[in-house]
Amino acid sequence: MTPSYYLLLSALLFTIGAVGVLVRRNAIVVFMCVELMLNAVNLTLVTFARINGTLSGQVMAFFVMVVAAAEVVVGLAIIMSIFRTRRTASVDDANLLKY
Amino acid sequence: MTGISVPGTNLAMEVQQASGAAGAAWLLLVLPALGAAVLLIGGRRTDKWGHLLGSGTVIAAFVYGLFLFLGTTSLAEDQRVRDLHLFDWMPVNALDVEFGLRIDPLSLTFVLLITGVGALIHIYSIGYMADDRDRRRFFAYLNLFVSAMLLLVLGNGFVTLYFGWEGVGLASFLLIGWYQGKDFAATAAKKAFLMNRVGDVGLALAIFLMFKTMGSTQYDVVFAQIGNQSTATVVAIGLLLLLGACGKSGQFPLQAWLPDAMAGPTPVSALIHAATMVTAGVYLIARCAPIYSLPQAADARLAVMVIGAVTLLIGCVIGCAYDDFKKVLAYSTVSQIGYMILAVGLGPAGYAFGILHLLTHGFFKAGLFLGAGSVMHGMNDEGDIRRMGGLARKMPVTFITWTLGYLALIGFPFLSGYFSKDAIIAAAFSEPGNRGWVFGGIALLGAGLTAFYMTRLLILVFLGKPRWKDLKSEDGRDYHPHEAPATMTIPMIVLAVGSVFAGLVLSGMLPEWLTPSIGPLVEAHGPLSHGMIAVLTVAISALGAGLAFLLFGRGEQPVTRPRRVSFPVRAARADLYGNHLNEALFARPGTWLTRALVYIDNRGVDGLVNGIAASLGGSSGRLRRMQTGFVRSYALSMLGGSILVIAALLMVRFG
Amino acid sequence: MSALLLAQDAAATVTTGEAIAFWILGPLALAGGLGMIFARNAVHSALFLVLTMLSLGVIYLVQQAPFLGFVQIIVYTGAIMMLFLFVLMLVGRDSSDSVVEVLRGQRLWAGVLGVGLAVLIVGAVARSLTDVRPVGLSGDEANGGRGNVANIGDKIFTDYLFPFELTSALLITAAIGAMVLGYVDRHQRGKKTQKETVEARFRGEHDRPSPLPGPGVFATSNSVATPALLPDGSVAPESLSRLIEATAAEKLDSEREAVAGALPGPDARALAPGKEDLP
Repeated sequence: MTPSYYLLLSALLFTIGAVGVLVRRNAIVVFMCVELMLNAVNLTLVTFARINGTLSGQVMAFFVMVVAAAEVVVGLAIIMSIFRTRRTASVDDANLLKY
Repeated sequence: MTGISVPGTNLAMEVQQASGAAGAAWLLLVLPALGAAVLLIGGRRTDKWGHLLGSGTVIAAFVYGLFLFLGTTSLAEDQRVRDLHLFDWMPVNALDVEFGLRIDPLSLTFVLLITGVGALIHIYSIGYMADDRDRRRFFAYLNLFVSAMLLLVLGNGFVTLYFGWEGVGLASFLLIGWYQGKDFAATAAKKAFLMNRVGDVGLALAIFLMFKTMGSTQYDVVFAQIGNQSTATVVAIGLLLLLGACGKSGQFPLQAWLPDAMAGPTPVSALIHAATMVTAGVYLIARCAPIYSLPQAADARLAVMVIGAVTLLIGCVIGCAYDDFKKVLAYSTVSQIGYMILAVGLGPAGYAFGILHLLTHGFFKAGLFLGAGSVMHGMNDEGDIRRMGGLARKMPVTFITWTLGYLALIGFPFLSGYFSKDAIIAAAFSEPGNRGWVFGGIALLGAGLTAFYMTRLLILVFLGKPRWKDLKSEDGRDYHPHEAPATMTIPMIVLAVGSVFAGLVLSGMLPEWLTPSIGPLVEAHGPLSHGMIAVLTVAISALGAGLAFLLFGRGEQPVTRPRRVSFPVRAARADLYGNHLNEALFARPGTWLTRALVYIDNRGVDGLVNGIAASLGGSSGRLRRMQTGFVRSYALSMLGGSILVIAALLMVRFG
Repeated sequence: MSALLLAQDAAATVTTGEAIAFWILGPLALAGGLGMIFARNAVHSALFLVLTMLSLGVIYLVQQAPFLGFVQIIVYTGAIMMLFLFVLMLVGRDSSDSVVEVLRGQRLWAGVLGVGLAVLIVGAVARSLTDVRPVGLSGDEANGGRGNVANIGDKIFTDYLFPFELTSALLITAAIGAMVLGYVDRHQRGKKTQKETVEARFRGEHDRPSPLPGPGVFATSNSVATPALLPDGSVAPESLSRLIEATAAEKLDSEREAVAGALPGPDARALAPGKEDLP
């Protein structure tokens, strides 16, 4: 076994997250899938930090976490306000902007 | 200028520089042009004296022309061809078009005809147009007409000639459409203008071809170099010039506009038919004698003869069937111009006779038209000869002058037509081989037919019972035929005198006088002697006239034209289907072509454009459906795109 | 020289303990991910995600990233996921997805593209990292010397100071944004309190000091179209809403008149009751 396995794991998690975004309709679950993708990327960064022998990857993963936190806050606020007006959290119901 | 010898002829083209009195030859052009300008710019202020000014300028031009003519006759024969350089008109690199005048016997002959007959017609118009409130404008147009025609015959290059050519076309358009409020007049004017354009294209192409092959459009250069050109070029130029002549002179197949041009006032008809417009074609071919006389141009000359012969027959035949006074005369002109074209087509043996016939025809045809105008003037502008009859007593002067013109036209012995027409017939017979018989026979037949329809006209108008007594004119008035005022009768008398004596006086002198311009007259002798031909012609003319007497001189003539008539008459009434032919050959295919082009444009070009637009619109409409508004489907396509990008990157990386 | 190579070999290989940890935690993380996308209930999804994140946190620890590992567990799993659950509870935990997929082919294509993406990335990683020898984090720059946390702090406050300060701005902005989005102004449309309304009525800002009379209640009807009656039996016009169709009001005219006694009573001699007597 080599550290590459972590990368493979990360790839699989990223894919699962991507597919989740595509198939789930609850906006909050969609958000969670995005979080999963971000985590997969973090795993990649950590693994590369190990492979390269430098901490920059870990620092980058740290920044990713910060940005993810900010994103979650704003995203959940948006979901809340949409829910307040439309009484739904389904991404399919917000489809007014179309042909 | 150097002496130029043209192959095929012995033309000594010694071109002198004009000086002295001839140096002011531009006055000829400028006088009528000035008259036209003053009358047109001056407007209504010149109404009172406009007709006097208009007539005065032309008379002055005639006097000056006469002066010039006398001055030229006193010169030695090799000095009679003179050029007057006025200014460089279009100095463009290789093309140097000079605006100059050529004063030679040919142009002077025409100048005298144009200004002389023109002046008489001007004087006549003073009386004829007295009731027209726009008489001043009429005289302006007449002056313009005369000026353009003078430019046409005086120019010393083809471009100058073309300038005058187009000016004549413009003036004829304005004058034929004088009664512009009436549909038929407007249509006739347009028809004349358009059919003239067809001929003008031929002339323009001929000029282009000259410039292309010889680098100049001046007469002296062109005539000097034409002998060095290939046969094809010479024939092409000859045929294109012929097309131009056909358009202007109303020759087959472009003859249809000439009878329609009768829609204009009668003096205009007289001017067009006798002095100005239709003679331009004859002048063009005579002026281009150095081209047509070349052995290479034999085919072109044959074409000229064929056109002339066909036209003279057509004119005669149709002339027999018409009941409109002026239209019969118009077709008479068509056939007489056919004679002239036939004559100039005969080459050196015929140029002089063509010009001679042109001059005599100018006299008697002008007289005939003015007489017709006088009759119609007295008959409430009625033109239908079936509603006339027995007018000889009411209009003695008109009758006598008209009859003199009539006798001259049918070639009554020792009147002017006798000399000119017989000479042409004789020259036609003298063509070698079968041609002589064919063309001579046609010319002879034409003489008989001419006598027939002219006699018919004479009988129906002036003799017989006064059919007009029981009729009213279209506007409900009774007919009160009366003799015309002196301004009208005097020109008629002058012209009648001319038609009696012109042939006698001119036939001897003219060939010799014209030699410096068109070469010496080649005496040709055919199988028949001249005396025999003269007898034959007179006999056939007498036969035609007698036949007409038999048919129309006795018994009642119906007031309306008979409906049930034989095929030849029907065909002749329909202009021998000339209009139908033009319609079928040119107008219809043109319409079809236009329709096809419209169809192609609508379906093809527009269809392509619209089709692209429609397909884009349609596909956009379908693509639009992809914008479902569902975030997840967008995300799906984003993922698909990302995969494509990643795949592309990996292919580049690991490829 | 050979010692360095040896050290590299040591870094390149993975210890048995780490391998065991990976083979336990990796499948756990994958199972969490799959569970998250397959769970019908959003709360279950969140809990499955917590499982994945915890596994990842431990994997970070195993991968010599103790600081990140703890941040993952405390901040991500502890704070962010709890925020998710909190919002889920607000929105309603029973708002589970319906089974029916409305977008045609969405699941099929999502699966196909997902497999394609996985194959692409796995293939690329496997191919590009075959010859790579990991350096390991034992150097002074990394986890050697003062240790992982101190070195990361060093990096953040030296090399990455400016991005770090930017993240503070980002966080502030996010917080304010969340507040703006979440704040609901209850007085935003000029709504007055009951007390203010009463005072305004008596100040004469309204047409009448009292509210309009409510609709009447009859035995046959209690709709808003039913007029209220004044004490004298007549109809109170104010009780008829203008929004209700005029025809409905007109229909009641006769009824109203009958109630008001405006219509003549039934004729004593009549054999049958008059039309107007019928309700």
